[in-house]
Amino acid sequence: MSWFARYVRSTVGAKHVMAVTGLLLFLFAIVHMVGHLQMFGGPDMYNAYANFLQNLWEVKWPTRAGLLALLLIHVAVAIGLVARNRGARPVAYAMYKPVVSRSAGRAMAWTGMALFAFLAFHIIHFTAGQVQPKYFHTLDAQGRIDAYSMFVRGFQNVGIYATYLAGMVLLALHLGHGAASWLQSLGLRHPKYPADRLGLPIAAFLFVGYMLPPTAVLVGLIRLPGA
Amino acid sequence: MSDSHEELDLTLHVWRQPDRAAPGKMVAYKVTGVSTHASFLEMLDILNEQLVARGEEPVAFDHDCREGICGMCSLMINGRPHGGMRATTTCQLHMRFFKNGDEIWIEPWRAHAFPVIKDLCVDRTAFDKVISIGGFVSANCGSAPDANDLLVPKEAADRAMDAAACIGCGACVAACPNGSAMLFVAAKLSHLHHLPQGQPERLARTGAMVSAMDEAGFGACSNHYECEAACPKDISRDVIAELNRDYARSAFVHRERANKADGSG
Repeated sequence: MSWFARYVRSTVGAKHVMAVTGLLLFLFAIVHMVGHLQMFGGPDMYNAYANFLQNLWEVKWPTRAGLLALLLIHVAVAIGLVARNRGARPVAYAMYKPVVSRSAGRAMAWTGMALFAFLAFHIIHFTAGQVQPKYFHTLDAQGRIDAYSMFVRGFQNVGIYATYLAGMVLLALHLGHGAASWLQSLGLRHPKYPADRLGLPIAAFLFVGYMLPPTAVLVGLIRLPGA
Repeated sequence: MSDSHEELDLTLHVWRQPDRAAPGKMVAYKVTGVSTHASFLEMLDILNEQLVARGEEPVAFDHDCREGICGMCSLMINGRPHGGMRATTTCQLHMRFFKNGDEIWIEPWRAHAFPVIKDLCVDRTAFDKVISIGGFVSANCGSAPDANDLLVPKEAADRAMDAAACIGCGACVAACPNGSAMLFVAAKLSHLHHLPQGQPERLARTGAMVSAMDEAGFGACSNHYECEAACPKDISRDVIAELNRDYARSAFVHRERANKADGSG
């Protein structure tokens, strides 16, 4: 076995992989969130941004491929770790009382699997346009893909809104532990910098940032052009 | 400590398992007349006297120094290693913290790498294997050097000593939702790695001890820090961060010897 294979198969190396892939996916989640906050800038700003990304195929496809690879590595290594950790305690305690760990941290495998399903739905919905196809590929007054109207029509539907709300709760629960963990996993945590306590604020920041535009649509603050 | 001496009558739920292969189960026992001055292990001694008097098999449990320094006693007590009092081993846990009529659940450490030998005794040889692969300095040190011959900063000496406080009881493994031994292994590394003598073999030692830990079948660290809360010697999660960092250096930077056992690398 090569030194690298031995490294990533070790429990510590696997955690390094989880931390690095998780961190990169987390950075994407911030960029993605900031992009969607442009819904508050009106149809012109949002459609200009959406069309800019869509036409930047030299960046778009490598980014998509990279994100998919990161996600698949993150999931595959996680499956290996969960199997190993389950095997490390074959007989459960009759009584077991965790003291300091949070249930969201212990449920990373469950929130992770649910998030994976949510991501699949999200891609089918807004990337492939198969959930609400009649709102997909409409054009705005300037002949551009009207992502703004797609967003508004999508989140005027309470069922869609509720699905994304659930997805963002999962994201917050998952990242709450992940954001607090990655510095420790990579051995970069230092007592002077309280990264452990940043999990909750980071999770709350992403949750609020992501839910602001859909909530504004649902309560009627963001409307269709001319409505 | 109160001078008032009371006696407790308790109901114990104890894991009984005749040997490694046989299945075990929780068995309920009444134990009577336990002094509040007794330690938890003395309470089990009292139970065993009462069992022997009735002609029953006494409960096997690990113990040695009974003064909190040897690492031999264990026991999951009411769902927490060593009973869950901060920085306290089972032998130093006293019955004055329990009330008359209490029900107490007593189980062995649960981990694949710590198989039950009998009742509450588990085989902690896996820890010995991790130590034997790197928990030492292989340079010939000669006789004891003169004081201050080798200068060690106070902070480094303190951190080495804090890590060296690990008594290898296994409470970290028992407490971890993943059955991970990271706090133990990291403490053993940290107490050498804050001293000059530990530096020459630092990366090789880290790589070897992590491999031994993985081979023993312990789980991975998910940063829950139950280990730190359970540790009777208050060892900090900081040592795990040191291990994680050194392991990356061990993998990416350290030049291993060419003729290793598996011929690769």
